[in-house]
Amino acid sequence: MAEFIRFDRITKFYGPLCVVENLALGIGKGEFVSLLGPSGSGKTTLLMMLAGFEQPTSGNILLDGTAINDVPTHKRDMGVVFQSYALFPHMSVGENVAFPLQMRRLGKAEIAERVARALDMVQLSAFVDRRPSQLSGGQQQRVALSRALVFEPRVVLMDEPLGALDKQLREQMQLDIRDLHRRLGVTIVFVTHDQSEALTMSDRVAVFNKGKIEQIGTPRQVYDEPATRFVAEFIGETNLVEGVVEAVQGQEATVRLRSGAHIVSAVSGSVASGQPVFLSIRPERVDLSETRGEARNCLETEVTDSVYQGDHLRVQLQNAAQPLIAKLGRRSREFPPGTKVYAAFSAGDCRVIAP
Amino acid sequence: MSAVSSRTGRSLVLLAPLLLFLIGFFVWPLFSMMSQAVSDPAVLRLLPRSAEVLTDWDRKSPPTMPMQTALMEDLKAVDDDQALGDMVRRLNSARSGFRTLMSKTMSALEDTANPPADLVSIDKRWEKPEFWLAIADALSPLTDRNLLAAVDLGRNAAGDIEHLPADRSVNRVILVRTFWIAALVTFACAAIGFPYAMIAASLTGWKRDLMLAAVLLPLWTSLLVRTAAWFILLQEKGLINDLLQTLALIDAPLPLIFNRTGVIIAMTHVLLPFMVLPIYSVLITIPKNLMPAAASLGAPPWRAFLRVLLPLSLRGVASGSLLVFISAIGYYITPALIGGPGDQMISSIIAFYATGSANWGMAGALGVVLLIATLLLYSVYARLSTDEPGRR
Ligand SMILES: Nc1ncnc2c1ncn2[C@@H]1O[C@H](COP(=O)(O)OP(=O)(O)OP(=O)(O)O)[C@@H](O)[C@H]1O
Ligand SMILES: [Mg+2]
Repeated sequence: MAEFIRFDRITKFYGPLCVVENLALGIGKGEFVSLLGPSGSGKTTLLMMLAGFEQPTSGNILLDGTAINDVPTHKRDMGVVFQSYALFPHMSVGENVAFPLQMRRLGKAEIAERVARALDMVQLSAFVDRRPSQLSGGQQQRVALSRALVFEPRVVLMDEPLGALDKQLREQMQLDIRDLHRRLGVTIVFVTHDQSEALTMSDRVAVFNKGKIEQIGTPRQVYDEPATRFVAEFIGETNLVEGVVEAVQGQEATVRLRSGAHIVSAVSGSVASGQPVFLSIRPERVDLSETRGEARNCLETEVTDSVYQGDHLRVQLQNAAQPLIAKLGRRSREFPPGTKVYAAFSAGDCRVIAP
Repeated sequence: MSAVSSRTGRSLVLLAPLLLFLIGFFVWPLFSMMSQAVSDPAVLRLLPRSAEVLTDWDRKSPPTMPMQTALMEDLKAVDDDQALGDMVRRLNSARSGFRTLMSKTMSALEDTANPPADLVSIDKRWEKPEFWLAIADALSPLTDRNLLAAVDLGRNAAGDIEHLPADRSVNRVILVRTFWIAALVTFACAAIGFPYAMIAASLTGWKRDLMLAAVLLPLWTSLLVRTAAWFILLQEKGLINDLLQTLALIDAPLPLIFNRTGVIIAMTHVLLPFMVLPIYSVLITIPKNLMPAAASLGAPPWRAFLRVLLPLSLRGVASGSLLVFISAIGYYITPALIGGPGDQMISSIIAFYATGSANWGMAGALGVVLLIATLLLYSVYARLSTDEPGRR
C-alpha cells in the first residue's frame, strides 16, 4: 500500500505542556486508521494538525510526498467530521451538504445531483429541507458524514463522531461507516477512545498514550500481541503476572513466576535471561479443569468467586497470592468457590511484555 | 383545584409589590401623559352650566332660552382672563368670527347698568346653530388637536385635517431629524460594535474580560459625565484638535462641537454598549467548531464569515440596532450639550413644552408619537426574529 500521509517527527507544545512528542506515523492510501487512546493523549491534537487547525511545534506533515504545513485548511481538501457534528444551524440539510460544492464553485445542476447522491448514500433523501435541529443525533451524524464525503476529499478525518450516540445506533453507524469506506476507498483517520470501536472498524489501530504511539498494527496484532503493558491493559481485559525470564528460545521464552511455576510464552519484543517481565494472559484464553491436562502451561489455582454474566462465566482464581481471571464459554460447568482447579493455556495465548 | 388557585393567589401576593411599583411608576405616568395629550377640559371648566344644558340640545335647532341664560351666567362668572383667551382661541379656530363675537358679548355682559335680556339681543349671530355647535364640540374633554399638531397637522374651520402653515410646522422637521440622527448613530454603532464584539468573543481569559470591561465601564458612569467629557475632547482647543494639530495632520481645528459630527460621535460612544453586548451574547452561543468546519469544507475565511458567522449573528445585530435606535430617538442631554441649534432632537421639544411652556398636552402628544414609533419598530423586530430560520 502506497504511503499517503506521513507524520514526520511531529512535536506539539501547548505552552509548557508537551501534547504530542516526536511522533512518526505513516498512513496508506485508502487505509482506515484509528487513533485510539485515553482522554488527553493527544489524538484530537494530531487530527487538528492534519486538518490544519493547529500547527505542529516542530516536524512535518506530508501528504502524497509534499509537506503541507503551510497549506491553509480550506486548501487541504480534507473532510472533517466533528464529534458535535458542526452542522450549520441556519442551513437546511441540503444546503449543508451543498456547502463544500458551492465553495468549489460547481454548477447548480451538478451540485443538486451530487447532493442527492450523497444524501441517498446515508439514506436521508427525505430530509433535504429539514434543518439540523429537526433531526435526531444519528441523522445529524449522517448529514455530517455525507457533507464530509460529498466533495470527494482526499482524506476524511473523524474525531469521535459516534461519541454522542447510544450504543445500538453507534454499532449500526460503525458498520455503516466501514461499509462506506469499503465502497468509496477513501482514506480515513478515525479518532476514538472506545477500543471495541477501533477494533471493529479499522485496518490498523494506533494506540496513543501521553502523546506517543505505543503500538500500531492490525486489530488482531494490537489485541493478541500487545507490545507494551499499556496496550495490553488498555485494549480488552488481561491478566498481568510478574515473573523473571529464565531462558529464551527463538520466539518463545520461559518465565519463572514468583510462585515458582514456569510458563512458556510467546515473545514480541526482545528480552534477555534474568530480566523481570510481565506476562499478559487474556482471560478468555484460559481453560479450567480439575485434572492436569496436556497444555504446556498449567497453574494450580483455587476458585475464589464465580459470576454468571449471560454470555460468559467469569471466574476469579488465586494462584499463590496471584489473582487471575478466566472467562469461560456459557456452556462451561459451574465452579463453586473453594474448588481447586488447573488453569491451562498454550504458549501462543500469553505474551511476554518488558516492563 | 383549590390548591392550584391558592398557589396562584400566593404568587400574586408575592408579585404584588412589583406590580404596584410598575403600575405606580410606569403604567400610570405613561397613561396620564398620554391622556394629557388627548384631553382638553379648559372649556368645560369655564362653562359648567352650559355643558349641563347643551347635553339636551339636538345640535340643529336654534338656541333655546335656557341655553342662552346658562352661557350668560357662565361668561359672567369667568374671572380668569388667560383661560378665557385660551377658550376664545379654540372656539375661533373651530368657527371664525368667534373672537369678535365673544369680545362684543363680553363687553355687553360687563355693562351692569343695562343688562341684556338674552344673547341674541347682543348679537344676531347667537341665533345660528353653528356657533353653538362649536361650543358644544369644545366642551368635549377629548381632543385630537395636540396629536395632530405633533405631526404639523390641524383642523380647519370646516373640521377637515390639513397641514399647519409653514411657520408653525417645526415638529415634523425635528421628528425626521431625530430619526435620521438615530439611524446614523445605529449605523455607526453597528459598524464599530460588530467587529469589536467579534474580537471580544474570539479572545479568552483576561483579554476578553478587559474588552468587555472597556465597554461596560462607561455604562457605570453618569451620562452627563460622559457627555461633558466629550465636550472637553471635541472643543476647538480640545484634546483631539490639539493632537491632530501637533501631529500636523490638520492646519485649522476641525469643527467637532456644536454640530452634527459631535452629536454622532458622542451618542455613538454612549450607546455602543447596547450594540456590543447583544452581538457578543449571540456570538458566544455560536458553536466554536462551525468556522473550522467551514474551512475544512473549502471555505476561505471571508466566505466562511459571510456564509456562516454573519447570518448566525444577525439576530444580535438586529436586537442591538433596535436597542440603540430606540434609545437614540429619546436622547436629550447629548444633543443639547454637544449639538448646535440645528441638531436638537424631539426630546428637547418635549422638554420645552413640558417645562418651558407648561403645555403638557403637546408634550404628551409628542411623547405618544415617539412611543408609537418605538412600538412599530419593536413589532417589526418581533416579526423578523420569529421568522428567522435556525432559531428554534
Ligand atoms: N488549545 C489548547 N490549549 C492548551 N492545551 C490544550 C489545548 N487543546 C488541548 N490541550 C491539551 O492537550 C492535551 C491533549 O488534548 P487532546 O484534545 O489532543 O486529547 P484527546 O486525546 O483528543 O482526548 P479526548 O479523548 O478527551 O478527546 C490535553 O491535556 C489537553 O488539555
Ligand atoms: Mg479529543
